[in-house]
Amino acid sequence: MKDLAVGIAMGVGAIGPALGIGILVSKALEAIGRNPEASSKIQTNMILGMAFAEAVAIYALVVALIIKFV
Amino acid sequence: MSSLHISLSAEPVAHIAGVTITNSILTSLVVSALLVAFALAAKASLKSSGKPSKFQTFVELLVETFRNMVKGVAESDKKVEIFTPVILAFFMFIIMNNWLGLLPGVGTIGFTEEPKEVRLVDPVHATEAVEATETKKSSQAEDVIIEEKSEQAPSEHKAPVFVPYFRAGTADLNTTIALALISVVLTQVYGVYFQKHHYFSKYINFSSPINFFVGLLETVLELAKVMSFAFRLFGNIFAGEVLLAVMMFLVPLVVPMPFYGLEIFVGFIQALVFSMLSLVFFSMATVGHEEEH
Repeated sequence: MKDLAVGIAMGVGAIGPALGIGILVSKALEAIGRNPEASSKIQTNMILGMAFAEAVAIYALVVALIIKFV
Repeated sequence: MSSLHISLSAEPVAHIAGVTITNSILTSLVVSALLVAFALAAKASLKSSGKPSKFQTFVELLVETFRNMVKGVAESDKKVEIFTPVILAFFMFIIMNNWLGLLPGVGTIGFTEEPKEVRLVDPVHATEAVEATETKKSSQAEDVIIEEKSEQAPSEHKAPVFVPYFRAGTADLNTTIALALISVVLTQVYGVYFQKHHYFSKYINFSSPINFFVGLLETVLELAKVMSFAFRLFGNIFAGEVLLAVMMFLVPLVVPMPFYGLEIFVGFIQALVFSMLSLVFFSMATVGHEEEH
């Protein structure tokens, strides 16, 4: 049962951040396509946003690891 | 074939004068010594005229890149001079800690130790043991001790535990919480320094009920920032460590190579993200609420 919990925690916890990062990067690419001169500013803010979105996936991973190994 | 060894908390390797030194602390000390040596070497080789050496060019490249990045976010020159050393220090410390965890020998060279008699027991078994001793208080002392030991035995490992000498510094939650606390406390300090006492109107604001509620939310957000910084860095590096350990346990020869590449990249990105987020929070704290609207 514990292994099932680990699998579900990580699996379900990765859906949200993956969708979020996909939407974020697609909007950033649209913005770059519309205005190639501002590309470095857009890229910086995109990386920042991706860090926040990925952190949520990392929280799910930490919970899964704690369930499995502690 | 030995079993896979993964432990969430850092294991102690030495006790010096009552202070427990864990393997993560040892690695962090090595990284700090390396950084201090690097800084001293950079200062000693500084030549302001003539052709600069390659080492000096590299150091100047590092400092210039960060100064431009800080200038892009926080415009005023005074702020750039104050923020750049802190951001650069965060970046160098975190990236060296992350990358040192990938060196061969870190996490693999160690010693084995026997587990001690007193171990972390499940709360269920602990309460059972306590109840057993309570009900048997009337019987003799030896019986009580034997009952306790035999009830704790099923939840203990009897095999010796492998303890590595070195381990990535940021793979320990203590290090990352410390770094996160330093970053958030520095945000408050810079906010007070640049805005004097108007900075606290961000948190305690009685002008209207909505603003009061927003102030409370901002306070909670600061605490959430500590947790977010700490867990992002810890989760990335610890998960990378576990991933590499599992990959090498399954297929030791060629397959772990792309995972090593991923880990090098992730170590660099996490250091960059930590520094840039700290920078953004510093500059947001010093800009002030009125200028934003």
